[in-house]
Amino acid sequence: MTATTAPAHAAAPPRREVRSPRREGWARRGPLMPALVFAIIVTQLPFLFTLYYSTQSWNLVRPGSRRFVWLRNYANVFTDSVFRQAAINTIVITVGCVLIAMLLGIVFALLLDRPFRGRGVVRTLLITPFLVMPVAAALLWKTTILDPVFGIVNFVLRPFGVGQVAWVAEHPLGSVIAQLVWQWTPFMMLLILAGLQSQSGEVLEAAQVDGATRWQTFWSITVPHLRRYIELGVLLGAIYVVNTFDAIYMMTQGGPGTASTNLPFYLYQRAFLGFDVGQAAALGVVVVVGTIIVATFALRLIFRTFTMEPNP
Amino acid sequence: MSTVSAAVGRGNRGRRSVLTAVTWIVGIGFFFPVLWMAITGFKQEADAYTDPPRLFFKPTLTQFATVFDRGVGPYLANSAFATVVSTLLVVLLATPAAYALSMRPVKKTQDVLFFFISTKMLPVAAVIVPLYVAAKTLSMLDNVWTLIVLYTAMNLPIAVWMMRSFFQEVPGAIVEAAQVDGASLPRTLWQVILPIIAPGLAATALICVIFSWNEFFFAVNLTAARAATVPVFLVGFITSEGQYWAQLSAAATLASLPVIVAGWIAQKQLVRGLSMGAVK
Repeated sequence: MTATTAPAHAAAPPRREVRSPRREGWARRGPLMPALVFAIIVTQLPFLFTLYYSTQSWNLVRPGSRRFVWLRNYANVFTDSVFRQAAINTIVITVGCVLIAMLLGIVFALLLDRPFRGRGVVRTLLITPFLVMPVAAALLWKTTILDPVFGIVNFVLRPFGVGQVAWVAEHPLGSVIAQLVWQWTPFMMLLILAGLQSQSGEVLEAAQVDGATRWQTFWSITVPHLRRYIELGVLLGAIYVVNTFDAIYMMTQGGPGTASTNLPFYLYQRAFLGFDVGQAAALGVVVVVGTIIVATFALRLIFRTFTMEPNP
Repeated sequence: MSTVSAAVGRGNRGRRSVLTAVTWIVGIGFFFPVLWMAITGFKQEADAYTDPPRLFFKPTLTQFATVFDRGVGPYLANSAFATVVSTLLVVLLATPAAYALSMRPVKKTQDVLFFFISTKMLPVAAVIVPLYVAAKTLSMLDNVWTLIVLYTAMNLPIAVWMMRSFFQEVPGAIVEAAQVDGASLPRTLWQVILPIIAPGLAATALICVIFSWNEFFFAVNLTAARAATVPVFLVGFITSEGQYWAQLSAAATLASLPVIVAGWIAQKQLVRGLSMGAVK
């Protein structure tokens, strides 16, 4: 091996110095290895097993039923109407939650990006929903907040002629999205606020000196500057919200029927209520492939906007 | 002239105070569900089911006592143990890795960084089946250590990215100066770099604590009576929620309190952690 590589180096250095870069290389790679190996074993290995299980007909409650069935599990996934519903619900929940949370987050960040009395307190109040344990938050929204008779929401809306609406039963997807928006708005707000505060004061001042109105300044300086923060928020928010499980498990159990079943919850049902390992694994592979496609698009979009800078 | 500018000034001030009022209303409105959770936890059950909702009542600690009687103790202990140990492991694994990826970039640094972040995009539901089968085969079901391993893997990418952004802020001149003075590498790391990145370590640990403490999916699927954590304890209220709102609120308050307090204290670092070090 050394024989083939040696001619490449024009003036072959003495042997000791050939070795030291290699040792140097390991000294550099060494500290990285434990984390890398750990991540590969715990995250990649199970996925290989998911791939393998997805070719098996295997139900945990029927021992000895395990056999190789080619791609039949995948055929079942794609002809499964619940799967289609769950995929659509996942998209509705993710897009709805991320968009609304981002819009509210931008408004709240703009409100907070001014000096006023008690700013620190309001900021603290606004980030708290993100810190509440999601399981606890979902449980409370289902009961004390959205209950048809004793819930706060119906109490507040009563003067506007809203009766005893059973929100979670009648609007399961809307209820789940509302709860998620409440938890994720602080996340978006914090990112956008950091973006607003990283603006250079000089540029804003210069715009004012040049006679730009506040509105003009906002649209032509602040919005382009915020773009990268908005994209980051959307991408990170989407990564987390796509995996929503807690809110659905606690608030609706995917119901009524399958009205609010999303992909993680459906997968859970197939695996842990149906004990259908093969089917659940195939579902998992399809979800991963879908996620990769969407994530690639999202990442490409973001890289494109990065390379498009600076703005003319 | 002066009256005009005074009027404009007054108009601005009026507009400002309206905006301030709106901001306060928004803040209180968003915070209200949290406040309501805490308030309801101090009610008798009879005060929790009233129309209109009751804001003033005789507070009681009965509900919190009942939650402990129902045996929240072991759940809290499991959560604390899983959170603390996994956070320590994450810091131990991520700090050297982040150091390697920042101070002395290895070839393909980008690839490694993107590998870490891509593991975050893998839907956890997709790997739950093999994880369950593996845990069952190894007799690791209902074992806190299973959760610890998974939480470590879950938070590792965030921590690597975050710590890397802190390492990159260490001025190279300081490190060089230490080496010129004859300090060995371990000594430079320990006495020069560590104090500089200590706040970053704390922020990273905090983010790991938040995500581990609140984690539910692995906990509910891989644990039962012995190793279950606090979120799993709350599941017990789904079936009986009809009669026990005050008790449920007390339990929810108790479960959320550690992370809320930690988040309040460290809110300056929160944004950096949530953006994995991308936003300062």
